Amino acid sequence: MTDTETPLISMKGITKRFTGVVANQDVDFDVRRGEVHALLGENGAGKSTLMNILYGLYRPDSGAITVGGVGRTFASPRDAIAAGIGMVHQHFMLIQSQKVWENMILGLESLPEILPRRDIIRRIADLSAQYGLEVDPMANVWQLSVGEQQRVAILQMLYRKANVLILDEPTAVLTPQEAERLFETIRQMTSEGHGVVFISHKLDEVMRITNRVTILRRGRVAGSVDTAATSKEQLAEMMMGEKIPFSVSKPPMRPGERILEAEGITVLGDRGFPSLSDVTLEVRANEILGVAGVAGNGQQELCEALAGLRKLESGRILLSGTNISGMSSRTFIDLGIRYIPADRKGTGLVPNMNVEENSILKKYWSRPVARGMMIDWKRVFEFARSLVSRYSVSTPSLATPVRNLSGGNLQKLMLGRELSDSPQVVIAMHPTWGLDVSATRFVREQLLEERKNGAAVLLVSEDLDELQALSDRLAVLCKGELMGIIDNPADVSRESVGLMMAGTPLESVALCTGGA
Amino acid sequence: MRIGSGSGKKLTLTIEKRLESPGALRFVIPSVSLLAALATGAVFLFLMGVSPFEAYSAMFRAAFGDGYGISETIVKSIPISMAAVAVMLTFTMLIYNIGAEGQIFMGAIASAAVVRYCFVDSAPAMLLMMIAAAGTAGGLWAALAGYLKARWNVNEIISTLMLNYVAIHLMDYFVYGPWRDPASLGFPMTAPFPGVARLPLLFGTRIHMGLFVAVFLALLFFVLIRHTRWGYEIRVIGENPRAAGFAGMNYVRNVILVMFISGAIAGIAGMCEVSGLQGRLQHGFSAGYGYTAIIVAWLSQLHPIAILFVSFLIGALLVGGETLQIVMRLPLSSTLILQGLILFFVLGGEIFKTYRIRFQREDA
Repeated sequence: MTDTETPLISMKGITKRFTGVVANQDVDFDVRRGEVHALLGENGAGKSTLMNILYGLYRPDSGAITVGGVGRTFASPRDAIAAGIGMVHQHFMLIQSQKVWENMILGLESLPEILPRRDIIRRIADLSAQYGLEVDPMANVWQLSVGEQQRVAILQMLYRKANVLILDEPTAVLTPQEAERLFETIRQMTSEGHGVVFISHKLDEVMRITNRVTILRRGRVAGSVDTAATSKEQLAEMMMGEKIPFSVSKPPMRPGERILEAEGITVLGDRGFPSLSDVTLEVRANEILGVAGVAGNGQQELCEALAGLRKLESGRILLSGTNISGMSSRTFIDLGIRYIPADRKGTGLVPNMNVEENSILKKYWSRPVARGMMIDWKRVFEFARSLVSRYSVSTPSLATPVRNLSGGNLQKLMLGRELSDSPQVVIAMHPTWGLDVSATRFVREQLLEERKNGAAVLLVSEDLDELQALSDRLAVLCKGELMGIIDNPADVSRESVGLMMAGTPLESVALCTGGA
Repeated sequence: MRIGSGSGKKLTLTIEKRLESPGALRFVIPSVSLLAALATGAVFLFLMGVSPFEAYSAMFRAAFGDGYGISETIVKSIPISMAAVAVMLTFTMLIYNIGAEGQIFMGAIASAAVVRYCFVDSAPAMLLMMIAAAGTAGGLWAALAGYLKARWNVNEIISTLMLNYVAIHLMDYFVYGPWRDPASLGFPMTAPFPGVARLPLLFGTRIHMGLFVAVFLALLFFVLIRHTRWGYEIRVIGENPRAAGFAGMNYVRNVILVMFISGAIAGIAGMCEVSGLQGRLQHGFSAGYGYTAIIVAWLSQLHPIAILFVSFLIGALLVGGETLQIVMRLPLSSTLILQGLILFFVLGGEIFKTYRIRFQREDA
């Protein structure tokens, strides 16, 4: 029997060390019936460790977990699931090649040999209706949009009768409209007595949807407050441990001449289908062109095409009026086009190589770093040292493999490498994704600095606030097509942008100004 | 899941990721792995009915006991180290050239062909032509697999391995067929090479000039990999091919080029073996050096200089292994078992570079 006073789950005095590094120190965290409890913190603050402990992936060095007042130890996620805890990861743990209903029963024990397909599908339908999680049980997962896949992942947890749902940055992949639907679902779940843990970087959402907030800083609880009794600024301050102005100031600036132009470009995605069709846009000097869109709607392909990394099926790319389409990606780099990819460790950096070696990835073939065939490691050392100090990368040494750097420092290093020799064009994809407040601010300031210095900047982001704050114009992509370019993005409502992200062309959207 | 009941302390063993790997591990882990392999080998020797202590000490004496033993160890280590440098180069780029053995054979065939068809009576000219032919033949043999890999993503492990059999049988065709020495009493071998086609011997032993070639190649590739633009490229491609493409590096060209160079080195190893040691082409002249090289390259952590030393140790193992056969009356394959154990433990030990085992007591 669970009375209303006993939390659904309670973690007390959780401590977890990894080889001398404290990931969690004496952390208390609980989830009550019917509440949304936000877990906030910078990268490396210990959120993931804490949730992985709750989900049975790690065992704490000390501390206790109680479920409904009863002490439990979880040896694996299976135990946690059995105790009614479900986690929806950022990258959904779904089998892409299977159907929705098959994914529902993934990992369930004690299924009959012959699967009761009809019963399963009926239960999915019931749960879908109950929580507003529309999805076709017979659909193949790989055919679903990201938003739909998230619904499947949540349904999967509800199907397993999870009482407590851990949602890890659930809105990162959603349109504003989809996020609204998710919030409805969350409200429905809490009204039925479920508890929800909401991990997010977006303070607006935390303020809107949650009842309580626990902030972690360097592995310890920096504060635990009722949402109603706090403010965004206070939360940011608790995360950071110091007051930091929240927005960056963008001085007005007159855009210069056209630098980078895409004329009706069409490119194929990795699966061989067109991912970008007939997109025409231009980026001028002293300008930031924002690109909005739900993840996977052609942004990646756009960036890669503009950086010379993806072959054009049709269309042209011009740099200061010269056709450069079809030239090698090396030529694009030599012409001053720099690209900051979203996937830092996977694409932008070489994790097992050290800071020095990573610093020359885009210049190892040219003087002064290269001398003929040879690389002058002395100069590399000096270059890396100046990069690290100019972009305040915090690293134990220049010989440290970059896999050991935190997300913010990885990004600073990559940013420094791409920006250090005053590029003409900067293409940045999700440059602040996953960064803490101070690193985010640093990155934004650097992009504005490039704008000031006359670069043409193309910024792809999933954070509408960021796009509205930084962009001079805002292009919106949906399914690889350009829905239009908004000339005054700061004055346009989020709803209008959301409609365009969902596929409504600019002409058909009544641009209501003001609201946010 | 909790197993068992009752209270009290219990000892648990957890495997967790290391946040950093101390530099000393690079040396400690392979050494401990080597010892563990020898210890396991001792069990095997014991089961074969010989005293492991006697067997190991006999091997040690054979390999290092006198000048002859040491010189034989060096002789064995020459082709191994060259072939190891060859495969190390591709492994650095995460391309798995398992075909050094076949490339050694192609190099040997090509040098024998030069002796047979392009004979000139001048040692420098002869040897240079043989080296060039051997390098080209081995290089093209490997580049074939490299091209298939780069162009159509054909698994190079399989293609290089299969090409080994082709090369070995091709050589057998020549030594059993058209190139067989009529005076060999039916043995599958060519006529002895004339003196100008032989690499000079050193110190009055069987050690030949190939030793200098091997040392030179190891040093050369140390510099190439660590200090040139090209070496940087292959390391980046090996560590993160996506980042390599992002930096405008040409994957296709580098795969083919690296495979060619790797095959060329192995081909030259084959030439040194026939010209320096055997003095003729004969059936089974390479005792699996191309495969042994794979073990050596991994034991050396893909470090060219370390390859020289590890090759020497493995050479000693081979010389000692012959002793096992002669003195202990064990089959020659016992040495292969020891080699296999070493590779197994060294590769298995790699996990301890990134993970550590921790014992802890906790309340049950």
